[in-house]
Amino acid sequence: MSRPLVEVKDLAKVFDVSPPWLNRVVERKPKAFVHAVDGVSFAIERGKTLALVGESGCGKSTVARLLVGLYGATRGSVSFDGEDIVKTLAGAGAGPLRRRMQMIFQDPYASLNPRWKVLDIVAEPLREHGLVKGAADARQRVGELLSSVGLNPADAEKFPHQFSGGQRQRISIARALATNPEFLVCDEPTSALDVSVQAQVLNIMKDLQRDKGLTYLFISHNLAVVRHVADQVGVMYLGRLVEVAGKVELFARPRHPYTRMLLDAIPDIHMSGRARTPVQGEVPNPLNPPSGCSFHPRCPLANERCKAERPALLEIKGVRVACHAVEEGRD
Amino acid sequence: MTAPLLEVSHLRVEFPTRRGTLLALDDISFSIAPGEILGVVGESGAGKSLTGAAIIGLLDPPGRIAAGEIRLAGRRIDNLPYEQMRRVRGREIGAVFQDPLTSLNPLYTVGHQLVETITTHLDLTASQARTRAIELLASTGIPAPEARIDHFLHQFSGGMRQRVVIALALAASPKLIVADEPTTALDVSIQAQIIALLKKVCKDQGAAVMLVTHDMGVIAETCDRVAVMYAGRIAEIGPVADVIHRPAHPYTVGLMGSIPAMDEDRERLLQIDGSMPRLTAIPAGCAFNPRCDRVVERCRVERPDLAQVGATSAACWRPVTVEVAR
Repeated sequence: MSRPLVEVKDLAKVFDVSPPWLNRVVERKPKAFVHAVDGVSFAIERGKTLALVGESGCGKSTVARLLVGLYGATRGSVSFDGEDIVKTLAGAGAGPLRRRMQMIFQDPYASLNPRWKVLDIVAEPLREHGLVKGAADARQRVGELLSSVGLNPADAEKFPHQFSGGQRQRISIARALATNPEFLVCDEPTSALDVSVQAQVLNIMKDLQRDKGLTYLFISHNLAVVRHVADQVGVMYLGRLVEVAGKVELFARPRHPYTRMLLDAIPDIHMSGRARTPVQGEVPNPLNPPSGCSFHPRCPLANERCKAERPALLEIKGVRVACHAVEEGRD
Repeated sequence: MTAPLLEVSHLRVEFPTRRGTLLALDDISFSIAPGEILGVVGESGAGKSLTGAAIIGLLDPPGRIAAGEIRLAGRRIDNLPYEQMRRVRGREIGAVFQDPLTSLNPLYTVGHQLVETITTHLDLTASQARTRAIELLASTGIPAPEARIDHFLHQFSGGMRQRVVIALALAASPKLIVADEPTTALDVSIQAQIIALLKKVCKDQGAAVMLVTHDMGVIAETCDRVAVMYAGRIAEIGPVADVIHRPAHPYTVGLMGSIPAMDEDRERLLQIDGSMPRLTAIPAGCAFNPRCDRVVERCRVERPDLAQVGATSAACWRPVTVEVAR
């Protein structure tokens, strides 16, 4: 087996959300920390897609930002093609590494500068990395990139406000592709789009992956979309991975009670009138997560051990699951 | 069949602007029977929320109803004076909006807001109203309602806030509930709870619901009938199973095909090229014709009206009649 392109080991990020110093002194409030990502490990094979799913606040976007170096990790390591990204981004190798990994953001209205022409937006990474010589060269390369995402090269002269949401997201993709990256981190790339436009963007992403051998980390809360794009799926809950499995395996035989609950909860267009399994409770406050397994207050299989001891992500029958019940076979 | 509770006929909503009048809703007709749940789907800008706003009489100026009528239990409500409409709203029509933070006042306790609504519409004393408020909170599944009633909005989570909004909408036992994207701001596990709750309360109270959403999955699980909107018009309307499995309008076919499904594998999703036209540039003839793969000359010049095709009604000159292979 070849070495995975991206390898994440015991990654953690703690945010300090303490009240200001004066409030802490006057009101005697303690410091407060959110463990947004708490010991996450996974690997992505070259040319494959790993999708991270979970509800809001589970830390999936934080993982995305940690991977491209937008946040510094509190603990753990991310290696890209064998290089540690923290060390590389701090040193002389930062430019070449950044060229190889790019990110697509959720909101195409916020991630494109409204005062810039599309030409400048897409050409910025080209100029930054010295990949083009002169304006004519840049113009031609931008034209190629726009064509590759299904836009017209003449669109380079327009401003972002002249495009619809789906077209803007294509501009974001064109910009991310400008440096010929191998790895794309996509943070909810279609959540802000309508379904028919979402289909266009997902199709383009799949075509690009096939043509250029791209590797994706795909963040989404939509399980149906994940099922469509992913090879491997990681399910996150309160900053931890609770289950990592191949797509087919995960959707056919979900192991972790949380994964089962999520799968039961999604409304699907083909189960008209089916009675849903009622879902218990809500996601706890991440400032004060429950003891032991953080899912235990909502879990139908919880027992004393789950309340006291935090389960590790163990390999059980080819699937990595963090659950005492699954481990003990009482699921 | 019983008489429809809500009857909307030939509704037309316009926005006069400096550059001419924008036609936001054109010739919308549908009805909802008592106890029925009608889903309204469409992409952003299709006019689905506007339809809801027109029914509850909350069109933002300069938007106005230019033609058509809305009848609630036989009584015309689209031309009522503001004060009378205010009494209809809340008493006979309850509304649930997308964002519970903007539909509740953060400076008052939820109990205060519930009691205010109840005493406005029902002839109850303050203490009776408080008892009713606690019952309402309990019926929407809020734990410990006696204590929660005196809490403020920020002490509730997103799902719990939406329950409070539903309790508020139900306060005067309205006959119709207009729910505009009630679950869009919520996580999937909470969304399931809220949908189950909406279904339960309308069954218990016998209320009709107009559910506006862009999520076809929610529609499939909740509604009896569904209307698909496109560019301010109804493209197709019919029983939910027929619209999903045997759509007649090419737009509905494309919309269904573009949704990634949980129980099948496709390499590519069906895609509808292009995007919905802006209100300023709605094409002549059928509004969908530039994106349609079944387009004929007639589609470009003449506008189709809703007509019965199989089990549903579609506004299309060349409806898809064969069953779409799943």
